[in-house]
Amino acid sequence: MTTNAQTEVGFHARQHGRWHWSEFAFWIVVLAVGLAFPSRYLIMTEILRLALFALSLDLILGYAGIVSLGHAAFFGVGAYCAGLLSVHGIINEPVLALIVAGLAATVLGFATSFLVIRGVDLTRLMVTLGIALLMEALAERFSNITGGTDGLQGIDIQPIFGVFAFDMFGKTGFFYSLAVLFVLFLLARVIVHSPFGLSLRAIKNNPLRAAAVGIPVNKRLIAIYTVAAFYAGVAGALFTQTTALASLDVFSFERSADLVLLLVIGGSGYLYGGLIGAAVFRMLQELFQWITPQYWMFWIGLVLVVIVLVGRHRIHAYALWLPNLILRQIAGRKAAVALTDNEAP
Amino acid sequence: MTYALETRGLDKHFGGLHVTRDLSLQIRPGARHALIGPNGAGKTTVINQLTGVLEPSSGRILLEGQDITDLPVHKRVLRGLSRTFQINQLYADLTPLETIGLAVSERLGGGGNWWRRMGTRDDINAEIAETLERFRLLDVMNDRTSTLPYGKQRLLEIAVAIAAKPRVLLLDEPAAGVPEGERKDILAAVAALPRDVTVLLIEHDMDLVFSFADRISVLVSGALLVEGAPDEVARDPQVKAVYLGEAA
Repeated sequence: MTTNAQTEVGFHARQHGRWHWSEFAFWIVVLAVGLAFPSRYLIMTEILRLALFALSLDLILGYAGIVSLGHAAFFGVGAYCAGLLSVHGIINEPVLALIVAGLAATVLGFATSFLVIRGVDLTRLMVTLGIALLMEALAERFSNITGGTDGLQGIDIQPIFGVFAFDMFGKTGFFYSLAVLFVLFLLARVIVHSPFGLSLRAIKNNPLRAAAVGIPVNKRLIAIYTVAAFYAGVAGALFTQTTALASLDVFSFERSADLVLLLVIGGSGYLYGGLIGAAVFRMLQELFQWITPQYWMFWIGLVLVVIVLVGRHRIHAYALWLPNLILRQIAGRKAAVALTDNEAP
Repeated sequence: MTYALETRGLDKHFGGLHVTRDLSLQIRPGARHALIGPNGAGKTTVINQLTGVLEPSSGRILLEGQDITDLPVHKRVLRGLSRTFQINQLYADLTPLETIGLAVSERLGGGGNWWRRMGTRDDINAEIAETLERFRLLDVMNDRTSTLPYGKQRLLEIAVAIAAKPRVLLLDEPAAGVPEGERKDILAAVAALPRDVTVLLIEHDMDLVFSFADRISVLVSGALLVEGAPDEVARDPQVKAVYLGEAA
């Protein structure tokens, strides 16, 4: 009996981290879209970058419950670091530069995590916002290093591994970004399904109980905040490397705020929310800008209000109604696509 | 002798409010010790100081002879001091399996592991299974905690505390708010606690206290009024006065 129970417990405990077929489908669709629209590499690269950035926020917001309005601080540090490494020819190989830029953001993340874990939601919003503003002001003050409002001049990104040169159509940039996103997604997936990842969800649910079973709450929050900073830094470095630009707006408040919107659209706490949110947000933006170049912000705002009022669950149910209908016809009752909010698929 | 848990001159002020007064408790290893007292006597404040949620204004707390007064909550747990809460403190979105799994992982040193999937360590799985089985939670192990009936949640609350394999367990009103029909499961779970675990029970329900405890301390206005065996305490005129609402 007990061995049975043990096997059963093991099976169900592992269940959460098992790959669902819809996840395979998701990545196949992403790759297929990339191959199908070679004339749209630039915007698709932008979406991937945004997705990675959102994945970073999802790690702290969706899993550990840390709200942030200043995630651009890490994005910006990654962006400038990648730019400076290239301008001064310190590290010419993009992948290595990407990692170093990510690590620079990690250092800032670790240093500021001690401020962020203090206090609750509102305090955290203000502290994170403040840190991003500080970084922006510093970048402006030290314009001799950062290029100030003109941006960093003379960024020239060398070929990846010395082989794959960045082309004017953005093909290399796209597949490079996709590879980076996928690798970091896999890592995030491992992290959230580990005991460490589960303890973050426990802390988000009830920090009092988490501490009462021996979970070092602050240590865990510092760890995930630092990891998220690395992700955001890499996203920033990708920005610089794929656009050859780095200017003050990498630290902008809008960048941090948009990120929260992405997670509102896509949902948080299941890793795919930021990815889906990034694609939907960027495409809506594009659509509205095309329909009404002057008032597109109005429509984005309206969509957000509707999402919050109607509820994401219901919208998902509507959106998935047709695919599910077709699937049921083909594969029988059991196959149904479902996106869950707080649970990983 | 080394006590399982001991307080020396514990004092706690909240501004002008004096909620724990020079409290010295000695709890023997393996004891079934109850801390009782009328509402507002400061029982939960004592528990919160013992577990590290609140910092005492003065005085020391010793766990098996070692001073733990300055340790944070989670380190006291790893030293063997675990608790249940008067009001359930569970993870609403997690399942009983995950809840127990976390406590076991943390104790067996796998809690900070970020590269291994949950459920891949046999020793951890075995203990989760044993705990779930003991508290009759196996059949609901994959349900979200917030959807469980209150009695099951109460059992889970005790199971989590036990999963930390404490040497001293603090039970803060384990049967509080549990409907009559589900009570016996809780009482059975409390009665079946391993004998080598020292238990400090905080309780209002006198039936439970007198059927369970072999030693009782009575707390009134934050100070120790009487301590002794159950029959001594039951006979004590001061205690009677307090519980009948007269001035002692």
